[in-house]
Amino acid sequence: MTLFEITPEPLSADAVIARLADPANGAVVTFVGVVRGETDGRAVRYLEYEAYPEMAEETLRQVGREVQERWPTIREVAIHHRVGRLEVGETAVVIALSAAHRPEMFDALHYAIDRLKEIVLIWKKEVWADGVEWRSESGSPMPGSFPYLDTESH
Amino acid sequence: MTGNAEISVRVKFFAAPREAVGAGQLERTVPAGTTVEELIRCLTEEYPILRAYTRFLSVAVNRAYVGMQTELHDGDEVACLPPVGGG
Repeated sequence: MTLFEITPEPLSADAVIARLADPANGAVVTFVGVVRGETDGRAVRYLEYEAYPEMAEETLRQVGREVQERWPTIREVAIHHRVGRLEVGETAVVIALSAAHRPEMFDALHYAIDRLKEIVLIWKKEVWADGVEWRSESGSPMPGSFPYLDTESH
Repeated sequence: MTGNAEISVRVKFFAAPREAVGAGQLERTVPAGTTVEELIRCLTEEYPILRAYTRFLSVAVNRAYVGMQTELHDGDEVACLPPVGGG
């Protein structure tokens, strides 16, 4: 198991935490994202996550690098994201950070999940009883991307 | 010699545009010197439904983000990337 992983297999927070084991650690914080049973008042049947795996794992590593640049006290970062069909209540993502002491860890964790939603090349389809939608919470262009390509206005 | 040469590229789609096109991957042969923008313009002529998505797409060539005017080369992997939604 690596620190940064995209997998179709069920995720275990304990397994991700175990990956960070080190006697120098005094604290580990985790974020576990699970599939919620409703969105905007509509009942969710299941979600489908899709990745561009060849780039997505690199963007997970980028999130880890950015966390450690901003909070040098963070010793290690591990992020595992599941893809494929996920039922309500299943774990979609686990983020774990380790450090010697707890200050700043919660800010770093908050940053990590926000950046994951912005830059990691994973897409989510919500399937309701009465429809489907590909959802993006970023709503902004990707970093390093060119301005929106509008083939009709050129 | 490069004036009439052709190159082959592999185009990848994800999420909504993938479903619209009906394929996650296409192989296309285009003239040497074709840019990302020209390739996408050709694809929207072939798949008019793509017009609904192109203004939201970023593009990566060989797994690195690029600008629209980037010239393509033989064997390039061109990924059309809609806004992400992980987490």
